[in-house]
Amino acid sequence: MRVFLVDDHAVFRSGVRAELSREADMEVVGEAGGVAEAIAGIKSTRPDVVLLDVHMPDGGGVAVLAGIEDGPVCLALSVSDAAEDVIAVIRAGARGYVTKTISGAELADGIRRVAGGDAVFSPRLAGFVLDSFTGRSPVPEPPLDPELDSLTPRELEVLRLLARGYTYREIAENLFISVKTVETHASNVLRKTQQSNRNALTRWAHRRRID
Amino acid sequence: MHPTGPAFDAARGAPAPGFGAAPGFDPVRGYGPGRVGPAPVLDLGRHPQLRLVRRSGGRIVGGVSGGLADHLGLDVFKVRMAFVLLSALAGAGIVTYGLLWIFTPSGADSAKPSGTERRQAIGLALLGLGLSVAVSWLMNGTVAAKVIVPIVVVAVGAALVWREYDTDGPRSLLGLPASPSVVTWARVVAGATMVVLGLGVVVLARIDLSALGSALIAVAVTLIGAGLLTVPLWLRMMRALNTERAARIRNEEREEIASHLHDSVLQTLALIQRQADDPQEVARLARSQERELRKWLFEDSGPAQSSLAAALRTIAGEVEDQHGVKVTPVTVGDVSMDLDDCGNGLPKEHFTALLGASREAMVNAAKHAGVPTIDLFAEVEPHQVSVFVRDRGAGFDIAAVPQDRQGLAKSIRGRIERRGGQVEILSTPGRGTEVRIFMPRSDSGAPEGAEPDTAPGTAGDQPTERIRQSVRSGK
Repeated sequence: MRVFLVDDHAVFRSGVRAELSREADMEVVGEAGGVAEAIAGIKSTRPDVVLLDVHMPDGGGVAVLAGIEDGPVCLALSVSDAAEDVIAVIRAGARGYVTKTISGAELADGIRRVAGGDAVFSPRLAGFVLDSFTGRSPVPEPPLDPELDSLTPRELEVLRLLARGYTYREIAENLFISVKTVETHASNVLRKTQQSNRNALTRWAHRRRID
Repeated sequence: MHPTGPAFDAARGAPAPGFGAAPGFDPVRGYGPGRVGPAPVLDLGRHPQLRLVRRSGGRIVGGVSGGLADHLGLDVFKVRMAFVLLSALAGAGIVTYGLLWIFTPSGADSAKPSGTERRQAIGLALLGLGLSVAVSWLMNGTVAAKVIVPIVVVAVGAALVWREYDTDGPRSLLGLPASPSVVTWARVVAGATMVVLGLGVVVLARIDLSALGSALIAVAVTLIGAGLLTVPLWLRMMRALNTERAARIRNEEREEIASHLHDSVLQTLALIQRQADDPQEVARLARSQERELRKWLFEDSGPAQSSLAAALRTIAGEVEDQHGVKVTPVTVGDVSMDLDDCGNGLPKEHFTALLGASREAMVNAAKHAGVPTIDLFAEVEPHQVSVFVRDRGAGFDIAAVPQDRQGLAKSIRGRIERRGGQVEILSTPGRGTEVRIFMPRSDSGAPEGAEPDTAPGTAGDQPTERIRQSVRSGK
């Protein structure tokens, strides 16, 4: 599995590289410390998965995602777990979001899952999606978009269990469905959470004073 | 002619050679080196100052007389009298006073003048103004009076306005005190009115009204021209001002961040270096510091006391610190503690019961599960608040626990059920435990749309109980 690292901290990049080198099926094919460098590097190396930092100078992860349309799948990796950051980068097209406190093994697992087409949901991420969906958040934050209303009750149920810290396997047991179905539900949630076009994304980002 | 000359000579008694011959003195430079010569003969309590400053706290009009008196080591009454007498000379005292007010900085004293002194000084000031009008009237007849009276009016108006701009303390954009009172505004408006009226009288008395039209046009055109010519200058000044302000704000921000990092992160790092051989303590320090910094960076610092989500996060942090586990809290929605019974929040007893039970569940998980991480999930829905505390640890057989020693069930279940809530405990040996706490929202605030069977009371117990049974039997 070919992985590309994007992070503006060289020390962190080398740490991730060291962690991933323990996994037999992982290979770090390149790394970048800035947006332009990242876009060029990803286009030339064609990796399977991009590990993407959210906060960088000159635009951050959202800018990279905008620059590599129809590129490889991206897993966002950030020290921040503020709702704005998580939702923004997911909406820009990342297939998952993990925080930098994650262990090396969990990170490798997350990379495998996004490469296989799954969405990687941390409980926190599931909580944010639920929170935006319900619009009951006390912070004056507009409910995301009507698109979100299309979440089915089953998908909401899956999200709730995810937010409670259940693994996909445990959710499958709980709901008497297959793990594959849980993964499909999670992916659907992510797909529905994303904006259908980039103009809407820009508007949305502007509304939240992002970038 | 300088007002302080004679007074100065009188006070010095036997002046130093060459010193008494200098009747004038520069109000800005003050005395200069001459002051360090012989000690003053007359020292009236206040320490003589090297540089002439006006009184700040002890002032009545501008603090000029007081400042001069302090500076010269004179009685303030004598200085004031000198100004009054000089005012009689075609208003020279008034002009001198104004110039000194403009050119001398204000002092740092704060002692207020006594009521007697204040009344006396105001009386003297009025006397000076009256004298200047009366004397010019006597000397030159009514024509001069026409000029002197408006000048006095202008002087009084200017003094009123200056006093307001001349106070210490925070300033608003216009230079007035940050929170101007009605009196402040009244003084400013009255002063401005007097200045405008006085100047208007002077101008109108001199200028033929018929010629005024063209003169006014000329003035207006000149002003507009001057304004247009200086537009780039104004713009540059504005830009420079804005740049400077932005730089200052950035700098302040930077300093605030630096001081916060110093207080938190650097201190913790220093502690960690000292205790590097105690991994548990290092982990505890790092965890609590991470939580604190995260909160500072990514969360709004709002009123946290009455927010359920914030309270749960705080409790999670306390459990983390006390029991050396990592708690990952996820909250969906939020509810405040209902302090004034408005029906929107959660009643205080329910709120505290929920928090207490959640803490107990987390502490239990930390103590007995034997795993380093605990998941905490709270969701606020219109009809109920649910809290889930989950670990992937040892677990236990619920049926095997004797009914009489269920500390967990008592402290958690008892607390919640007294408030009309429900607790489910789900545990499988080897696969962990989940404590589910459900608390109905206040009966009065329950929306019409909420299902009737979730309302607290006899009807509400049935379905939840059924779920619990099914959950138990299912496992």
